Formats: sequence, C-alpha cells, structure tokens
Amino acid sequence: MTENAIIELRKVGKWYNSYHALRDVSISIKKGEKVVVCGPSGSGKSTMIRCINRLEAHQTGHIIVDGIELTDDVKAVEKIRRKVGMVFQNFNLFPHLTVLQNLTLAPIWVRGMAKSEIEEIAMMYLKRVRIPDQAHKFPGQLSGGQQQRVAIARALCMRPEIMLFDEPTSALDPEMVKEVLDVMTELAGEGMTMVCVTHEMGFARQVADSIVFMAEGSIIESGSPAEFFENPKSERTRQFLGQILEH
Amino acid sequence: MSKQFPADQAPVSAGPIPTGPVPPAHWAASYEEEPTQASAPPQANGMTALKPFGWAKDNLFNTPLNTVLTLACLGLLWLVVPPAANWLLLKASWSGSSEACREAAGACWSVIVVKHRLIFFGTYPYDEQWRPFLACALFVAMLGASGVRAFWRPWLAGAWALTLVGMGVLMWGGVAGLSYVPNDRWGGLPITLMLSVFSIAIAFPLSILLALGRQSSLPAIRTFCVGFIETMRGVPLVSVLFMASVMFPLFLPEGVTVDKLLRALAGMTLFTAAYLAEAVRGGLQAIPKGQYEAADALGLSYWQKTVLIVLPQALRIVIPPIVNQFISAFKDTSLVTIVGLYDLLTAATVATTDPEWRPYFAEVYVFAGLMFWIFCFSMSRYSQWLERLANRYTRR
Ligand SMILES: Nc1ncnc2c1ncn2[C@@H]1O[C@H](COP(=O)(O)OP(=O)(O)OP(=O)(O)O)[C@@H](O)[C@H]1O
Ligand SMILES: [Mg+2]
Repeated sequence: MTENAIIELRKVGKWYNSYHALRDVSISIKKGEKVVVCGPSGSGKSTMIRCINRLEAHQTGHIIVDGIELTDDVKAVEKIRRKVGMVFQNFNLFPHLTVLQNLTLAPIWVRGMAKSEIEEIAMMYLKRVRIPDQAHKFPGQLSGGQQQRVAIARALCMRPEIMLFDEPTSALDPEMVKEVLDVMTELAGEGMTMVCVTHEMGFARQVADSIVFMAEGSIIESGSPAEFFENPKSERTRQFLGQILEH
Repeated sequence: MSKQFPADQAPVSAGPIPTGPVPPAHWAASYEEEPTQASAPPQANGMTALKPFGWAKDNLFNTPLNTVLTLACLGLLWLVVPPAANWLLLKASWSGSSEACREAAGACWSVIVVKHRLIFFGTYPYDEQWRPFLACALFVAMLGASGVRAFWRPWLAGAWALTLVGMGVLMWGGVAGLSYVPNDRWGGLPITLMLSVFSIAIAFPLSILLALGRQSSLPAIRTFCVGFIETMRGVPLVSVLFMASVMFPLFLPEGVTVDKLLRALAGMTLFTAAYLAEAVRGGLQAIPKGQYEAADALGLSYWQKTVLIVLPQALRIVIPPIVNQFISAFKDTSLVTIVGLYDLLTAATVATTDPEWRPYFAEVYVFAGLMFWIFCFSMSRYSQWLERLANRYTRR
C-alpha cells in the first residue's frame, strides 16, 4: 500500500459468470507514473484496465482511484470517469459525428462547458495530435491511425488525470503505429499518468516506469523495464518475451 | 466499422491525407492530375457504344432461358397493356351522366367527378366542405415542409402548433362565425390523414421508449414492455380497435366519455407503437458494444448516451423498416370503418351505394387506391432520400 498512489488495486477478483478472469490482482500506481501491461491473450489485461473505470465491475477486493473507491455507487463511478480517459483498440469514435463533435460532445454534456470554449480547446488538441485539418470530417473518412489520434484527443478534451490505453495500436496497419505511439510518447513526457496495455516493447522500454506482466488472470511479475527485459524473474515471463521479441 | 487505408491509397475524392508535415506543392499537382483518367470504370465506354440493340442482346437474349423469359414477358405485356390502356384511358368516359357511361366501353370516370366530394369529405356538411379541404391542404403542406431539411429549425414546432389549432378551428368550427361540426360528421381524407399522421407521430416516440424499455436492466420495466409489445403483436388490429371503442368505455367511470375518434386513435397508436418498437430494437441491437463503452468511458449518463450516441445511429439503420411500418399504419387506417368511422375508403364505399352509379364501383376503388398510393409512394421515396442523407458520411 502506497501513500500517494492515484490508482490502487487491492486483491481484486473478477469473474465472468463462472470464469475467473482476475485473481487477487494488486497494483499501486503513482501520479505521473507510466505503466505498461503485457501478457498473453486472454490473461486479463483488458479486464484489469476496464475495471479501473468500471466498464467492468469487480467482485472482490478494492479499487481506489484518486481517493475514491469504486463501488456500485453511481456518483462515485461518474466522478472517476471524469478523471479517467480511455482509448480503445477499435477507436470507438462516434461515426455519426464529425471529428470536432466527437471531441466536444462529452465536455459540453458532462462538464457543462460552453461550445465555443471547448471548440477552441478541441482544436488545440487536434493540433497536438497533428490532424487539425480533419476537424470537420467524419471518422469513416479517416485512416486508422488518424482515427486513433482523434480518439486520444477526445479523451484528452475531458482533461483526465489518468489515461488508460487498451492495445491502442493493435488494430492499425504497421505504418500507422508510429504516428500513434509518437503522440502517446509526447503525452507521457507531459507527466500524464498512463496505464497502457500494449505489445509494443520498444515503446514500453522507452516510456514505461514499470512493466506489469500478466498471465491467467494474475500479475506474474512487475518491475522497471531494465529489470523486466534484462533479468526476468519467472520462467513464464522469459517464455513470453522470447515469443514476442522474436519478430 | 472503420475503413483503413494507407495514406498513399486514399480515395481520389478525399485527396491525399496529410500525415505529419504538409507535402511540397508539386506533389499535390501531380497527384490531382493522375487519378482522373485512371478512375473511370473501364467498360463504361464499350457499353454505351453498342446502344440499345447491343444492350438488349447482352441482357435479354444472352442465354436460351433468358430469351424464352423475355419473349414470355413481352407476350404478357401484349395481353395486359392494350386492354388496360383502353379501359383506363382511351375508351374511358370522362364526364357526363351515367347514361353516357353505359355507352362507353372503358372506365366511367364521371363517377369520380360526380362523387369526389363524398369520397374526400364523407358526410361533412356539403356547403362547408371548403373547411376540411383547407385543413387537409394545410396539413399536407406542413407535412411536406417538415420533410425539407432547411426547415428543420425550432420555429417548425411553432408552425405545427399553429397548424393544429388552425385545423381544429376549421374542422370543428364553432368560433369565428364558422358553424359547429361535431366530429362524428367528419369523414374521408381528413380522417385518414389525421388518424394516420397523429397515430404515427405519437407511436414513434412511444416505440422508442418501448424498445429501450425492452433492453432495460430493471426487470419490472422490461417485463412490462415485453408484455405490451407481445400482446399488441399477438392480436389483429381489428380487435384492438374493437377493444378501444367498445371495451375501453366500460372501464371508465360513469359519466366520463372519450370521443370515438380519440379511442380509435389510441388503438391505432398503441398497435403501431408495438410494431415500431420491434423495428427500433433491431437498430439498437446493431450498435456495436464499443459505442456504449466509449460513451460510458467519457462519463455520459444513460440518457445522454441514449439520445446523443445510440439513437441517432440506431434510427438511421432502421429507416427502411420504420417507414415500412409508417406505410402499413397509413393503410391500416382504413380498418377504422369497423368502429363506425368514415375514412377515405369507407367514404368511397358509401359513394358506390348510389343506385345510379353502382355499376361503376371499380372506378371508385381504383381512384381510392390511387389516393392511398400517392401518399404511400411519397413516403417511400422520401425515406430513400432520408436514408441517403443519413448515410452520406457514415460508411460502416
Ligand atoms: N464479457 C465477457 N464475458 C465472458 N468472458 C469474458 C468477457 N470478457 C473477457 N472474458 C474472458 O476473460 C478472459 C480475459 O479477457 P481479457 O479481454 O481481459 O484478456 P486480454 O488479456 O485483454 O486478452 P487480449 O490480449 O486477447 O486482448 C478471457 O479468457 C476472456 O475470454
Ligand atoms: Mg484485451
């Protein structure tokens, strides 16, 4: 247990019907920390980060985000969702709204911001993800890499304290991966707290403060990138790294 | 859901997709010139050069079976078209008395000329029939205007409020020097139009609530909605109308009466809502889970998520089945005859009971059918336009 943790999971257990997806997962993430989560498919990575903003509900243990415990209490969930932005593998942009409308919708309706004010801020974020000239297009008219950058900008417009990324680059063609990772690296440099499920080990090495390795619903090991890559403790990790670093 | 393409294979119309720094100007120049020639479909020229004969050979006589089918169709047309044209138009009698009609070999359209007021306005007092005419004209004009995109402004709601008041004044009268006409004397087109439009207008929002309720996580709401929808879909409209007009008053306290027209409207509305709800539910189910999750992750509430994200997408998808239901509801208004209301079709039937014109009932029904067709066909065409508008940017 850490004093200044912004995200704290304590012995979190999660079942899908009878399937045990998370087993006693404990992790503590400090403000500004960048955590990369990796592990084989089906190991519960998505499940874990989706529990942090309660897209999935956990059944046992505690999840505390910025001092607020996640329970069935809708108010607590609302508060936490305002603090936590999320980027999905499949972008999940709203296809019936323009890029700019995608960005401004939540700030207007959830934060009650004035349209003109948030539009200005949204344009600023679009510049930062380097697609200001696409503001009035619809998501379906953009490439995958552009869509994912819009999705990042959309999350940022809510001024989150924490950003969750669930395999943000795995639905992208190889040549678009870099443009998205560049934006994420930049964001990391600005001190955002980030939890990122990814298999981009180059990114992990460069950006992560710590790497968490999961398998079968448990955290097998976690540590700094140097430790993790050079000197993995468990056999399972070595095996995984062997597979993933091959290509 | 998303379409991906590498930047250098972007569709021609969209132009190059700028990633990172802007490309130098000479790129743009060469880029724009090139695809224009390359993008024309290759067979287009060859097709037009051959003209009709070539086309017919390629499409109608290309296999023995197609040749046989083509000849059979031509034969059928030869059998059907000339007699139909003769009856409908060439040998028809367009004016004059019923005697003149007896001489003619074709249709007797004079029956429409003579009876059109009865068909359109039923038993509404003859001298006052300009009032339902004006009301219908106003109503149809407003319906048309409401379909125009440029008019989708807040003032349209105000205009509708005024229209409805105006229609009420015209139809009932009793004010402004107009004589009072109770609504059991209304009939014909106004009844058909008002019943269908009002029942659809109320049923549509109701059906959205029912469809949402059917997916609710609260068991009580879900059970109610499922129960309602399945009950309504399980009985014929005729019996719903009977229930509404005969049984419903039995449940009301002594002395309270609900107008017959209103009862039929309620029956139609509930029935239509149940069917529409199923169409809407189809749309809700087509929305990917990711859309809900993205909305949740942004902190939108249930209603914000539903109104801003889910419904706009779901309703676009189900425009065709919804309009299908609208058309069906429009035609179903003709069933209100069984509770003693005079819709367009009933009024037409009444027109055929005149002994002098009785032999020409077919003409009257063709005419009534044409009236229904005009409205239904307009709805159908409008829905196609709406669909194109809705899906212009959202390629899935
Ligand atoms: N909604 C669900 N219902 C039932 N089982 C689920 C559900 N979501 C996930 N699971 C199961 O839980 C386990 C963990 O899934 P999760 O999506 O967290 O894995 P992951 O580590 O993110 O895998 P991937 O790398 O393939 O995304 C899997 O075995 C999966 O089948
Ligand atoms: Mg996953």
